[in-house]
Amino acid sequence: MNEQVIIMLLEGIRDTLYMTFGSVILGYALGLPMGILLYMSGEDGLKPKPVIYRILDLIINIVRSIPFLILLILLIPFTRLLVGQSYGSTATIVPLVICAAPYIARVVDNSFHEVDEGVIEAARAMGADNWQIVWKVLLVEARTSLLTGFTITTGVLLGYSAMSGTVGGGGLGDIAVRYGYYRWDTDIMVVTVILLIVIFQIIQNVGTKISQQSDKRKR
Amino acid sequence: MSIIEIRNLTKKFELDGHTITALDGIDLSIEKGDVFGIIGMSGAGKSTLVRSINYLETPTEGDVLIDGENLANLNEKQLRRMRSRIGMIFQNFNLLEQKNVLENVCFPLEVNGVKKKDARKRAKEVLQLVKLSEKEKAYPSQLSGGQQQRVAIARALATNPQILLCDEATSALDPQTTFSILSLLREINETLGITIVIITHQMSVVTEVCKKVAIIDGGRLAETGTVEKIFRNPESDAAKELISGKEIRFTPLSNLDTGRKIRIVFKENSAYEPVMANMILKLQAPVNILKADTRNVGGKAVGEMILGLPEGESIKADIISYLTERGISVTEDFENE
Ligand SMILES: Nc1ncnc2c1ncn2[C@@H]1O[C@H](COP(=O)(O)OP(=O)(O)O)[C@@H](O)[C@H]1O
Ligand SMILES: [Mg+2]
Repeated sequence: MNEQVIIMLLEGIRDTLYMTFGSVILGYALGLPMGILLYMSGEDGLKPKPVIYRILDLIINIVRSIPFLILLILLIPFTRLLVGQSYGSTATIVPLVICAAPYIARVVDNSFHEVDEGVIEAARAMGADNWQIVWKVLLVEARTSLLTGFTITTGVLLGYSAMSGTVGGGGLGDIAVRYGYYRWDTDIMVVTVILLIVIFQIIQNVGTKISQQSDKRKR
Repeated sequence: MSIIEIRNLTKKFELDGHTITALDGIDLSIEKGDVFGIIGMSGAGKSTLVRSINYLETPTEGDVLIDGENLANLNEKQLRRMRSRIGMIFQNFNLLEQKNVLENVCFPLEVNGVKKKDARKRAKEVLQLVKLSEKEKAYPSQLSGGQQQRVAIARALATNPQILLCDEATSALDPQTTFSILSLLREINETLGITIVIITHQMSVVTEVCKKVAIIDGGRLAETGTVEKIFRNPESDAAKELISGKEIRFTPLSNLDTGRKIRIVFKENSAYEPVMANMILKLQAPVNILKADTRNVGGKAVGEMILGLPEGESIKADIISYLTERGISVTEDFENE
């Protein structure tokens, strides 16, 4: 393997991490508030608002039922409008975020539902308002579960970012497609796949460790 | 003026098109400094009643007045401020599991806008009061049930409330721990003058600490008065059932030389006395009642007794067949600790 290939792979790793973490962070910036709203407006939420809940629920279901590759293509005009082009790492972050946000909202809503209702009731009895319950009770008590959700989401987005390589998304997936599919250079393709697996493993292990360590329920 | 005044309180729940009347026209006055018991069977409406006192549950009809102030007239913000003047503890303690003891006790203070430093100072004070200062860095999962309830009590007292509501606060605890928690509550009442409302399904809890008691049955107030009066002279059926059916404790007069012990279980508590008395008369067998209790088994109350039998195989066989014939389960050769 020559120097050029190594540089290309290193850049691939950089772009993959950029797309994955960029979309996770922006995804949470959008999905976390959505998840909070979903939880709060839900039937057994802090402030049930059936209409808001149903609209939110519908949007989330629609976006989640569209396969990522199709979403990627559907969003091309929107992506171009937003970042000026429809290919490359930065452009790929746009559909990744759109895909991730509803998923994250569900994950957050789920984590919140795992919090013991008695604890929420106790907070209410102490005079806490809804926002204090979100900040000081739900986000704290669901921390472990939220971090697990974060880890899983990051793994999913790593996979999707590689998938976007098929349409020129950049990163390791892009390299794998270009060399493996168009040029039949299987060596490079195998290396990129191994790199993806290694990155995935690192994310999983680090994430699991952090979420376990955050849990004060045992020990 | 009563510190808690409940007038014609009615609460209905809509569930799948049905209306459940959890509370039906309750009138109740609780005086400042009282330790007031509210007792009733499971599903009687006790939790709904206590949750109405701090408006966690909004009444369908009727009023709740705290210190003369009608909660119906308060807006959200005023209501939250009112809640911080009413402490509450629960059967399952409801502590924040991801926060340590000190942080848990700080929680209501921070919620009410107390500065972090002042909150910690106050939290340490109340932890001292419940005798748990050395556990301030521990997490709830590292504490016993009794200790967790002490933390919950400290947390409830942190904001200096005038009222402490206890919803089945000792129901998840063993008898000894129950006793120590009840002693602590009594001490809090005596030293701080806090009015305490104790919700329970156990008569022993009421007789242990309460001065006055209200009996709730099917969402209605069946009877109310001093504990002494109701214990001596119950008028309502619900009161009679709660007093006679549950948790009669016989202490053996002397540890008679008993050969065998058997454990018997009644399906109906009310069947206790006639069966026992008749058996003793009929068989002329001096059994020794070592223990009598009521246990919650799969949501049903069952009576349990441990009997010490006189020596002799034939009398033992007679007793066992007499009891089994009457539908009482018998466990032979039962060793009680
Ligand atoms: N949120 C609710 N929705 C519907 N029914 C309820 C609700 N809360 C309580 N109930 C009903 O009200 C009655 C009284 O309940 P509760 O106050 O919890 O009784 P207790 O505490 O005495 O066991 C029960 O029949 C219960 O099923
Ligand atoms: Mg209850």
